Amino acid sequence: MTAMIDIANAEKTFTMHLQGGVELPVVRGVTFHVNPGECVVLSGPSGAGKSSILKMMFGNYRCDGGRIGIRHQGTVIDLATAEPRQVLSVRRSTIGYVSQFLRAVPRVATIDVVAEPLIANGVAREEARDRAGRLLRRLNIPERLWKLPPSTFSGGEQQRVNIAHGFISDLPILLLDEPTASLDAANRAVVVELIAEKKTRGVAMVAIVHDDEIRHLIADRIVDVTSFAAAA
Amino acid sequence: MSEPSSLDNDQPLLVAEGLAKNYGQLAACRDISFALYPGEVLAIVGESGSGKSTLLQLLSAQLAPSAGRVSYRMRDGVLRDLAELGEAERRFLFRTDWGFVHQDPAQGLRMAVSAGANVGERLMAVGWNHYGRIRDTASNWLERVEIDVGRIDDAPKTYSGGMRQRLQIARNLVTEPRLVFMDEPTGGLDVSVQARLLDLMRNLVSELGLAAIVVTHDLAVARLLSHRVMVMKGGRVIETGLTDQVLDDPREPYTQLLVSSILPP
Repeated sequence: MTAMIDIANAEKTFTMHLQGGVELPVVRGVTFHVNPGECVVLSGPSGAGKSSILKMMFGNYRCDGGRIGIRHQGTVIDLATAEPRQVLSVRRSTIGYVSQFLRAVPRVATIDVVAEPLIANGVAREEARDRAGRLLRRLNIPERLWKLPPSTFSGGEQQRVNIAHGFISDLPILLLDEPTASLDAANRAVVVELIAEKKTRGVAMVAIVHDDEIRHLIADRIVDVTSFAAAA
Repeated sequence: MSEPSSLDNDQPLLVAEGLAKNYGQLAACRDISFALYPGEVLAIVGESGSGKSTLLQLLSAQLAPSAGRVSYRMRDGVLRDLAELGEAERRFLFRTDWGFVHQDPAQGLRMAVSAGANVGERLMAVGWNHYGRIRDTASNWLERVEIDVGRIDDAPKTYSGGMRQRLQIARNLVTEPRLVFMDEPTGGLDVSVQARLLDLMRNLVSELGLAAIVVTHDLAVARLLSHRVMVMKGGRVIETGLTDQVLDDPREPYTQLLVSSILPP
């Protein structure tokens, strides 16, 4: 089987120029791969660099060395060296990212926030809205809220909108940063179900989850991030 | 934001090579090179005096460079040096294929003639002559920028700042340009009015597959509108990359200072 994600010796150091140029090594020697239909969970204490690794895999943080190979439209793109245009293309049709917090444009209705990734990939507006509605319903967001912008929602509701936005598309790779952090048990169970469905469709996933029970339910493999510790 | 087909387009729309502008001893822009692709939104950020407005004028052929050149892909697919265009071609760019949204709407609008005429004028300049069609297209555009069509016969001097800015956008987009230059488009507006305008611009840019170059000192505007950002300081581009990458993982001391100076909402 060909891996969807193949990371070799990736590393990240922050240089804090406003603090006198202090160097803050985060991770180095990051090496692992993810196959289609597999969910790899990154484990390690806070500050070990889990989120930084996830952000490098999305091209949000720059990678200072090594390689982040992503299977994209039949070829492999190295995100560590890719041009901005290539990264955008990878985000549009290959990698989705579910962050902990929703960053939505003011004024846009929840249903449209969720439908947006489908519309961006050419799905007709009506069908996109339809699928968005089904997903919102599964995640227990009542229909009367769909027309409102999510900025008016509670933290847990916003996170569910964020999950719907992340899970709606048919992208072959999903990165999940604490997708269940502020959810109740019923909604956590829905997310676990959604992840299982993605696996059966061959989606490769990398997740950060602190909840042991959830980790147990979704992880096919665990990668211990402390082995990539870069502290000098 | 995204525009699938045009972002996959491999031919740049505008290319700057070794661009520089000196005013006497002062180097306002030095050695600037980049390519802009169809459907791509580029933000140029930096403090006042960093050279970003001069750069915008160089890129839009309003100012001649001291060195280097700007090339633009005309509709026939040929990349042409702007300095070598004939008068008819320049006119075509300014009246049709380009838009220019000024910070002060009074610079981009005729304040004493009606809103409908402000929009219709760009169409007449490219040969439209059927009054009914011009008026229909103008009302259609007023709706798209969320201006009450009942105000079509009023002059923009009777409009609020936010409405004037939206009218300026309609006037620019009515000819279906491929590239829009924007100079601090939300500059003089209240925060609530800014959010509405940004949302509107973001949708229009992605629906129409427009390429845009936006000069702003407001990093929130850059984050919301642009795919890519160039950070300028002292006339040079000191850092460039994907917008979220530059803002979330800034490398240069000056960029880190800019990013860290934003007050949390």
